[in-house]
Amino acid sequence: MALNRRTFLKAAGLTTLAGVAGHAAMEFLAPGELEAALSSQVGAFPEALTAQRWAMLIDTEKFTTMQMYQRCIDACHVLHNVPDIPGDQEIKWIWTDSFKHTFPDQQHGLLPERIKHQPFLLLCNHCDNPPCVRVCPTKATFQRDDGIVMMDMHRCIGCRYCMAGCPYGARSFNFWDPRPHINEIDPYYPTRMKGVVEKCTFCEDRLAKGQIPACVEVSEGALIFGDLENQDSEVRRVLRERYSLRRKPSLGTNPHVFYLI
Amino acid sequence: MYNASKIIPGLLIFLGLVTFPFWSNLGRAAYEAPELVMPESEEECVESGEWMRANHMMLLDDWRDLAVRDNVRLYSNEMDKRFDMSLTKTCLSSQCHANKADFCDRCHDTMAIVPHCWDCHVVPSIGEE
Amino acid sequence: MLEKALQGNKAYWGWIFTLLVLIGIGFGFYVYQLQHGLGITGMNRDVSWGLYIGQLTYMVGIAASAVMLVLPYYLHNHKAFGKLVIFGEFLAVSAVIVCLLFVVVDLGQPQRLMNVILYPTPNSVLFWDMVVLNGYLFLNIVIGWSVLHAVKKGTRPASWVKVLIYVSIPWAVSIHTVTAFLYAGLPGRYFWHDSLLAASFLSGAFAAGPALLLLILMVVQKVSDLKIPKEAIQTMTKIITYAWAINLFMVLLKIFSAFYSQYPSKMAGFQYLFGGAGGEYMQLMPWMWNFVFLGVVSLALLVIPSTRNNPITMTIALVMVFVAGWIDKGLSLVIGGFIPNPFKVHTEYWFTIPEFFITVGVYAVGLLILTILYKVALGVQREVAT
Repeated sequence: MALNRRTFLKAAGLTTLAGVAGHAAMEFLAPGELEAALSSQVGAFPEALTAQRWAMLIDTEKFTTMQMYQRCIDACHVLHNVPDIPGDQEIKWIWTDSFKHTFPDQQHGLLPERIKHQPFLLLCNHCDNPPCVRVCPTKATFQRDDGIVMMDMHRCIGCRYCMAGCPYGARSFNFWDPRPHINEIDPYYPTRMKGVVEKCTFCEDRLAKGQIPACVEVSEGALIFGDLENQDSEVRRVLRERYSLRRKPSLGTNPHVFYLI
Repeated sequence: MYNASKIIPGLLIFLGLVTFPFWSNLGRAAYEAPELVMPESEEECVESGEWMRANHMMLLDDWRDLAVRDNVRLYSNEMDKRFDMSLTKTCLSSQCHANKADFCDRCHDTMAIVPHCWDCHVVPSIGEE
Repeated sequence: MLEKALQGNKAYWGWIFTLLVLIGIGFGFYVYQLQHGLGITGMNRDVSWGLYIGQLTYMVGIAASAVMLVLPYYLHNHKAFGKLVIFGEFLAVSAVIVCLLFVVVDLGQPQRLMNVILYPTPNSVLFWDMVVLNGYLFLNIVIGWSVLHAVKKGTRPASWVKVLIYVSIPWAVSIHTVTAFLYAGLPGRYFWHDSLLAASFLSGAFAAGPALLLLILMVVQKVSDLKIPKEAIQTMTKIITYAWAINLFMVLLKIFSAFYSQYPSKMAGFQYLFGGAGGEYMQLMPWMWNFVFLGVVSLALLVIPSTRNNPITMTIALVMVFVAGWIDKGLSLVIGGFIPNPFKVHTEYWFTIPEFFITVGVYAVGLLILTILYKVALGVQREVAT
């Protein structure tokens, strides 16, 4: 049989290509049986909280003690197994910082003392036009219909492009295995592992079961959470009555965390 | 054939390596399905035991994608029984397979399967994995 | 043709062995990184990209610069480049492989790498970076190998190779443009957010890349019978001169735009890099002023014809261009984009020992591939000459 090497390689290459293409076509045209069977059997919990567009208001006048801030931070970090890592490789979903750092383009030296020295709560702004979602190469971070910018820890490859894209420094990366740094593991929420990015998710797992976000629950009314599209919601009512600021609005990200000054 | 003195021994070594699992296990006992500790109170699983044995991995994968990516968390099985689509809260709940070592690990260990779910998901009865 | 890489003298095998040792050390440190996480690097929550991504950025430019030989030779029939184009293409191959390796070592979950292909996301520049880098790798391997094989057989390459060559020219421009787009499209990073970034990437690459190639070829000339035609050296140094002048000019353009407008966010990046942000954060300052010195002196040496053509001053100038280009793209660009952070706080970064050795290991892989490919090309050229 006179088959030369070049012809053999060409035939092998084409066969492999055909096999791969055929498999891909099958996957595409006839998806797995389980998915087809499941679609009629799944749904949301009846008590789930839903909205057209979730938003959060932070009433800075209501935060009168340091403990109030800490209570919100602890509620979030303990529930979600956020590790306590000292130094600059830290992980934080919600934290405090000064007015100067929260609104770097708004501050001047002659602000009222209260505002100059008061801590502000910072977290992911769940933007309407989020740069982090735009840059993620795997859709591990994605935007839901109700406005929440979600994290899929199972898909994240840890490229940290979203961290570069976020103009608010809201995202943290697991530089180490977080487990040794978690004081008390809450078994009903997963931890993360090293190599993935994480951030606030507006407690979407609690919303699905009819509960408001943890930080809002312990804030004694200082944090208001609701549906921005619903004219009668508390968030809309309060926004009509009080002046509000957002972080870096000129960047066009359309953040949905409002600060009531 | 050219280079026969190098090729034939090479082929024999290759055959030996490829058949290693077979001849190295000669004389050992056959595989026996390990004994699993079943839950005390619950009789019925999310789906039938036979089906679960074959498909629990795909069920969990689908639950994961539906819960995380589609925000769909309520599962109704064929008997119209409802479940929260959560490994930790449903499968490992105290009435069901709370003891991972007596159930999940039994088969996984004998088959040398290491699911990487436990890197993140926590076993409630132990507190951490 | 690969068997030509297996024939060499003691010096050749000594070089290969050294590279393998460096690769081994780098690999060992990489395993350490896989076990413990990226915390072993100097990266932190504020500076989330560091040495690895800096090297990716610089080496993409080096890879793109192959077009500076391909274009004059294939489009304008510049015969002097005849024997040299293959070395440019092979440098591009090893540079792109180094780029891809730097991406892999930077990932937090490298085993999930295929997710970028399984879940394609066209709105992400990183997706397109993967596409164009792999495409360019494929193009240069196929073109280089086919042309070399044709030279060996004493025939012309097949006609479809010409098509690929013409495609590779805009493709080379695209790989560095897309890499620049990674940075230039982020609204919160003022140091990167300027329309000039892709152009400055390309001009820097078209200076540093040919400079590196020329330096490597001069080393190759010493250890083989390759003779670089004088005309080729002169054309290349002229290209490097113009590209370097444009690159430095663009730096000045950015500085003007930031400081004449007095726009704080735009000034902040330069104030950190060149001024240590008022003297408190001085880590990169010495590097930046070295960049200025190297850039200006090398430009002077290149512009003046007598120093450009004198072998000694030319070599010094080329080394300066390469090092200055590295400080610019491989170090200060990535780090400078993250400092100050979104809160206008300065958190500095410096690489750690494991990070350094992993970087050296990746570069050693690139050099190994370069050595093998160059040995093959030289072997074929020698065979044809006899």
